[in-house]
Amino acid sequence: MTGLSPTQTTGSGEQAPPISRESVTIPPTKAVLPWFKRPAFDRFLQVAAGPVLVIFIWYAAGALGLLNTRLIPPPGATFATTWIALTQGTMVYDLTQTLGRVLWSFAIAAGIGVPIGIVIGANERLYRGAEFLIDFCRSTPATAMFPLFMLVFGLGDEGKVALAAFSALLIIVFNVAYGVLNARKTRILAARSMGAGRIRIFAEVIFLETLPQTFVGLRAGVSLSLVVIVVAEMFIGGMDGMGHRIMDDQMSYNLKDMYGSLILSGALGYCLNYAFLLIERYFVHWAGR
Amino acid sequence: MSDPGTRISDQQSLRRGKIEIRGLTKQFGDSDVYRDFNLDLQEGEFVSIFGPNGCGKSTFINLISGIIPIDFGTVLYDGKTIAQTRLSYVFQNYREALFPWMRAISNIQYPLKILGLDKKTQSLRVEALLAEFNIKIDLNRYPYELSGGQQQMVSILRALITDPEVLFLDEPFSALDYEMTLFMRERLQHVFLKRRNTMILVSHDLEEAVQLANRVLMLTRRPTRIADTVPVDVPWPRDAKSLTSPEFVAIKSRCLEVFSREVARHDSAGAASGSG
Repeated sequence: MTGLSPTQTTGSGEQAPPISRESVTIPPTKAVLPWFKRPAFDRFLQVAAGPVLVIFIWYAAGALGLLNTRLIPPPGATFATTWIALTQGTMVYDLTQTLGRVLWSFAIAAGIGVPIGIVIGANERLYRGAEFLIDFCRSTPATAMFPLFMLVFGLGDEGKVALAAFSALLIIVFNVAYGVLNARKTRILAARSMGAGRIRIFAEVIFLETLPQTFVGLRAGVSLSLVVIVVAEMFIGGMDGMGHRIMDDQMSYNLKDMYGSLILSGALGYCLNYAFLLIERYFVHWAGR
Repeated sequence: MSDPGTRISDQQSLRRGKIEIRGLTKQFGDSDVYRDFNLDLQEGEFVSIFGPNGCGKSTFINLISGIIPIDFGTVLYDGKTIAQTRLSYVFQNYREALFPWMRAISNIQYPLKILGLDKKTQSLRVEALLAEFNIKIDLNRYPYELSGGQQQMVSILRALITDPEVLFLDEPFSALDYEMTLFMRERLQHVFLKRRNTMILVSHDLEEAVQLANRVLMLTRRPTRIADTVPVDVPWPRDAKSLTSPEFVAIKSRCLEVFSREVARHDSAGAASGSG
């Protein structure tokens, strides 16, 4: 024992040499490949192939006279109009208004929903009791509640945000509660056998254990709140936001701007989802492993 | 030496008590798993528990380690209750027992955090433990980045960090391949010979049960009784070569005899009572 003391090292120290050797040998083999043969470029080609094909068909169908170009303007004109709307018009303002409302409603939903979900999931009797109620509310179309929320919260931003928050809240509560209820028992037993108390087990084991399922709920929640916000912008009084813009374009027959708004709304949803995936991959690096 | 890990285990080796199990009773639903079960074990021994499938081997160590509550009866470690004794547990399924959100090193350190030791003492204890067993695993990785054997080694280190008086192991190597199992058996013997703390191992592999133990406890089907206690007086350490020595083979056949008798007896007597 005493003889070992001077050479005490952690495992990482002993592993260091092979790692450094690896990092010396690998870069040269990578640098040999020209850019168009690298895996990253290949992946980019695969991802880009679908959209390029769709735009080409859109263009070709218009050029061949298969489409009514008054209803579906050609891609070039649509993109040009959208670009002008983005750079000189009010498109960016509408996008940020919608994004702001989505983030507000999501923050409210997550802030309330995660704690409620944990509490409900921790108590099986409470979960059984709440399950039907949550499922019922979740199955009720959010749009059917417009009048109620207009009545309570008025026609301003509050009504839209409250409705979207309510819809996202239910999905988040349900997923978090489900995750807590189905947390792997072994890790809880392990922590208990080390002498961990209830609160510690909750904060340091169950909470982290359910994080992958929580993120499933959060991602579904942010997608749903975008849907509800856009629809709310269309029908509940207001002067901005992507929903309002799309509705306005349709009524004034400004179709190029309408298609552009549709594409950008889609991009907004995609980016939100992707951002959450990145956050998830960072915070829940162990999910599925 | 300012080496907390060794000092504590040196104190430990000075006195050896008894583990006394009295009137242990546990029901699952309507069926008795344990009814008025009594057993004395010597502390500082390596005890293997072997028996037919479903006889309650794992339940036994879950009960006496306090992982699941006892219906009736007492378990005393040198006169102390379960709560007063430092016990550690190594689970069969290391994937579900390690914390995947922590690096391996933090997993090993975690029990000390629960004990409320300060950060400095925590890392000193970890360093001492790693030096003691000359671990060659990159402990800055996450558990899922390690091999099965490495993960179970981390589990064992995590169990050892509190310097437990008794270490329970529930089929710890059953998910590993044979080569890794042989290696891990050697590592575990190394731990036992160094620490001399009480080891209670559940195994479904007779070879493993005999190789690692001072004493093999053979259990019957439910309600569980002791069929036989077989001492293993083979010199330590027992490597792959000792598995084929005549005395080892003789002990193994005696265990197998008891085992076959128990399985046969219950097959004829309790055929109507369904699964064991």
